[in-house]
Amino acid sequence: MRHAATLLAAAVLLTAAALPARADVVVYCSADEKICRGLVTLFTKETGIKAEMTRQSSGETYARVRAEKENPRGDVWWAGTGDPHLQAAEEGLTEEYHSPLLPKLRDWAVKQAERAKFRTVGVYMGALGFGYNREELARRKLAAPKCWADLIKPEFKGEVQMADPNSSGTAYTMLATLVQLWGEEKAFDYLKKLNVNINEYTKSGSAPVMAAGQGETMIGVAFQHDVVMVALTGKPLVTVSPCEGTGYEVGSMSLIKGGRNPVDARKFYDWALGVSAQSIMPKFASYQVPSNAAVPVPKEAPDLSTIKLIDYDFAKYGSAAERRRLLARWTTEVKGAPR
Amino acid sequence: MMPLAARAWAVALAVPALLLPWYGQESLLAALRAGDAMPLAMVAWARPWLLPLLAVPLVALAASWRDAPRLLVAVSLAGLAWLCLESLAITHRGWAWAWIGGLLGAAPTQPALGWGALGYALACTMLAAAGLARRGWCRGDMFVLGAILLILGAILIFVFWPVMTVLISAVRDNDGAFAPVLFWEKFSDRSIWGLECLSDARSCGAAWNTLFLAVLVGVLSTLLGLAFALVALRTGLPLKGPIRLLSLLPIITPPFVIGLALIIMFGRAGFITSFLYQTFDIPRSRWLYGWPGVAIAQLLAFTPIAFLVLVGVLQAVAPSLEEAAGTLRAGRWHIFRTITWPLIRPGLANAFLIGFIESMADFGNPLMLGGSFNVLSTDIFFAVVGAAHDQGRAAILGIVLLAFTMAAFTSQRLWVGTRSYTTVTGKGDGGVPPPLPLGLRAACYATVLPWLALTVVVYGIILGGGFVVSVGRDHTPTLKYFLTAFSIDRGVGGWFLSGSAWSSFLTTMQLSVIAMPLTAALGLLTAWLLARQEFRGRGAFEFLTMMSFAIPGTVIGISYILAFNTPPVELTGTGTILVLAFMFRNMPVGIRAGIASLAQIDKSLDEASLTLGARSGRTFRLVILPILRPAIIAAMVYSFVRAVTAVSAVIFLTTAQYQLATVYIVGRAEIGEYGIALAYSAVLIVVMVAALIAIRALVGEQRIGRRQADTGAVPIGLSAS
Repeated sequence: MRHAATLLAAAVLLTAAALPARADVVVYCSADEKICRGLVTLFTKETGIKAEMTRQSSGETYARVRAEKENPRGDVWWAGTGDPHLQAAEEGLTEEYHSPLLPKLRDWAVKQAERAKFRTVGVYMGALGFGYNREELARRKLAAPKCWADLIKPEFKGEVQMADPNSSGTAYTMLATLVQLWGEEKAFDYLKKLNVNINEYTKSGSAPVMAAGQGETMIGVAFQHDVVMVALTGKPLVTVSPCEGTGYEVGSMSLIKGGRNPVDARKFYDWALGVSAQSIMPKFASYQVPSNAAVPVPKEAPDLSTIKLIDYDFAKYGSAAERRRLLARWTTEVKGAPR
Repeated sequence: MMPLAARAWAVALAVPALLLPWYGQESLLAALRAGDAMPLAMVAWARPWLLPLLAVPLVALAASWRDAPRLLVAVSLAGLAWLCLESLAITHRGWAWAWIGGLLGAAPTQPALGWGALGYALACTMLAAAGLARRGWCRGDMFVLGAILLILGAILIFVFWPVMTVLISAVRDNDGAFAPVLFWEKFSDRSIWGLECLSDARSCGAAWNTLFLAVLVGVLSTLLGLAFALVALRTGLPLKGPIRLLSLLPIITPPFVIGLALIIMFGRAGFITSFLYQTFDIPRSRWLYGWPGVAIAQLLAFTPIAFLVLVGVLQAVAPSLEEAAGTLRAGRWHIFRTITWPLIRPGLANAFLIGFIESMADFGNPLMLGGSFNVLSTDIFFAVVGAAHDQGRAAILGIVLLAFTMAAFTSQRLWVGTRSYTTVTGKGDGGVPPPLPLGLRAACYATVLPWLALTVVVYGIILGGGFVVSVGRDHTPTLKYFLTAFSIDRGVGGWFLSGSAWSSFLTTMQLSVIAMPLTAALGLLTAWLLARQEFRGRGAFEFLTMMSFAIPGTVIGISYILAFNTPPVELTGTGTILVLAFMFRNMPVGIRAGIASLAQIDKSLDEASLTLGARSGRTFRLVILPILRPAIIAAMVYSFVRAVTAVSAVIFLTTAQYQLATVYIVGRAEIGEYGIALAYSAVLIVVMVAALIAIRALVGEQRIGRRQADTGAVPIGLSAS
């Protein structure tokens, strides 16, 4: 029994010892662990400011920022698809900031900032597309899919995987893209036909391309840079940019309102928009288009000149009301339809 | 005369008021660092609403010396009530409720409560207990009363309050306004209660899916567990050891990895699927994704628990009864049907309900393998973090899940709790159980052996998969993944831990070790109160203790942020909140283990000690605790491994300093780095086995002057209930 009491006492002491050290800036990061870690380390190295990083998906980070709004713990929210950033801006969870680097950014990044009344800014851009598994395709001796329209061909029955737009920003981007490309009625006609070919609506947006890489499905809908990232780990994946044109995401960054380290947070913000931060991205297998105009597009990245980008209306399709309406319609008419 | 203890506590009440810092700046713990942390006696002059609190110790001192228990109870409860009220009403940003501002004018502010307030609340509670004991409550036993009040307070703060902050959002819209119509609209949604799968190929609502899966897993895991128990105890096959060993493994397996192993084997590109396709031309399909895959993964995880329950029950069936029937010329089938079966029926019910509840609470397997098959636990998660961001829906799904689990708990108590099936008496039993009927034995072998093979292969993949290049495809041994995670390098400043997993690994171990004895102590003390003490409201008390277990982890995680991110209790971002989450989530395990062990100890022992003049605190320490060793071991082991393998409850509570192993593993598996995920899991499993052995050695075996009967496995968790 004496041992148990000792353990108890030791536990109490250990708890007291577990005091957190204060950091100069707390970064909520919604990219892959490797990228997040690398970025923060580089920031500390170049500026001497101690940064701390917590990694979660963009949906999780949004939920966290929202839950913490009465007493925020984070200072900057870096990366992750633009929609939750826009929604946070709409709800006033993030701070307005005009970075001195804004004029050095590419158009789409500044537009993202204007849309949110400068409560967020674009840090990278990536086009939507899909990836197919070369080996699986060869095994079935099928022609490679090149367009959105190819995905509803009968030979791909049960071979296409996409995420559920109710839970994934990637899949919601696809839904909004098709609506803007063809008009709402035609888009939903297409999605109903596609529903027959879908083998699974995954919960997470990155799951379909992972599954395609493993051969668990032939085709997975994803952002093209994610397809490239998985392909470079040695998986037989081919990136496709749909011939009809496609939408894109603007990976964003926001200052969290009421953060405890506003000065250093702004330093991180400016630094993350600068050349040195944005040019190391390919080193961490991140192949998006950087927002700083002086940084070249990585050579592994999907060739932008061959991608037909639509003029994606983030203001309309990023708004909570329109999103709720489209998702409700998709859930009843497409997901709820018999297969 | 007032007992000395009351006077001591009255003096003790003055200590936090005069000496300890009343407010914590960042958190309860960080208060020690802040230079301006002042005790109550200093801060109260600037914040006049604290002045009444200063009066409490004075009145309490007078009351305890004058022997005025009624006054003592009144003043200490008033102190507690005022403390709660003022700290809830005045937040760090002013009035908590705007209408007070209209009445009282400008808003004052105050930071989160610190050590001083904690000590103050503690002393007030104990004073109330002393007063009540003096008034004759609980036979005047202050230890019992104090324990009840403290545990009740802790549960109200760390379980009831946070859970309510989440559930309240069920009747609110996304902006926080009251919207009961929306509640009904969301509650009756087709995605929860739809029954389309019966008529066409669409999928059913998540509530029905969850129920279907839980019943399926409950029934099958019970049958499989029974088959294993029969093979282990009633046949000559030398499988007892291996089965026992395998029965421990799923408990210490991090979530997700069983699903991962199944995909590597049976996925469309899995190696068994590919083999079948190449050799027998069996078409490759995605049958695994959906309820079949989830059910298999859950069976692998929960069958051992059913086995542990049933092995105990089967051992308790006195063989002499069966032998007697045999002497009376009953056939083997007849004996099994009319004697063995009825005697193990309560065990079967128990095993079924455990499988049922575990399946409903499971989060990792449906996430990996669910496909389009929606269940409540994952739907809750994605209602919170998904593109729809609908916390109200999460709360409603949480209520549905809570209702299901509570119904299961209640039926378990009603069905199993009231009957006695005991056949173990103080007398020895020299009977030898008759062999199983032939048909039954064949059936048992036919299920047990293939399942055992499957389990072995699955664990082969989990333990070995991280040490080959690509499991199922390229089996060249490699340390690549292990070294990425756990390498140690030599740099300028000497040796340092350069692997990417070290920080999460060390944090996990530190927090789990801290949580282990605290969880066990809290659970066992509660168990003793529930099993040995009579007090009003015991049923409600028990319900509250089980609440945190019945609530899905994701809801707990979000609720802890909502409740503990702002004053009066500000804990987010600390390790303390993780330890608390572990403690209160796993406490029911300790309670169940404790109650089960206490049920075997005759009350006459306690009574003898009390008659000899020992007070109940002393009796608990010197009589009950030593006999409870097995329960202590079980509670400690289980709270440790549960803390190490927890994921859904802590995913929102981890921060940069407090990364956890499971969250890291999930992150790796998410982006397809299976090698690292598996290598890390293997390390965790090895460490947990080592910890298990160490705890056993440290706490020691049960010291009872009795022949060492084969007590079966430790009563793990709910299985003991």
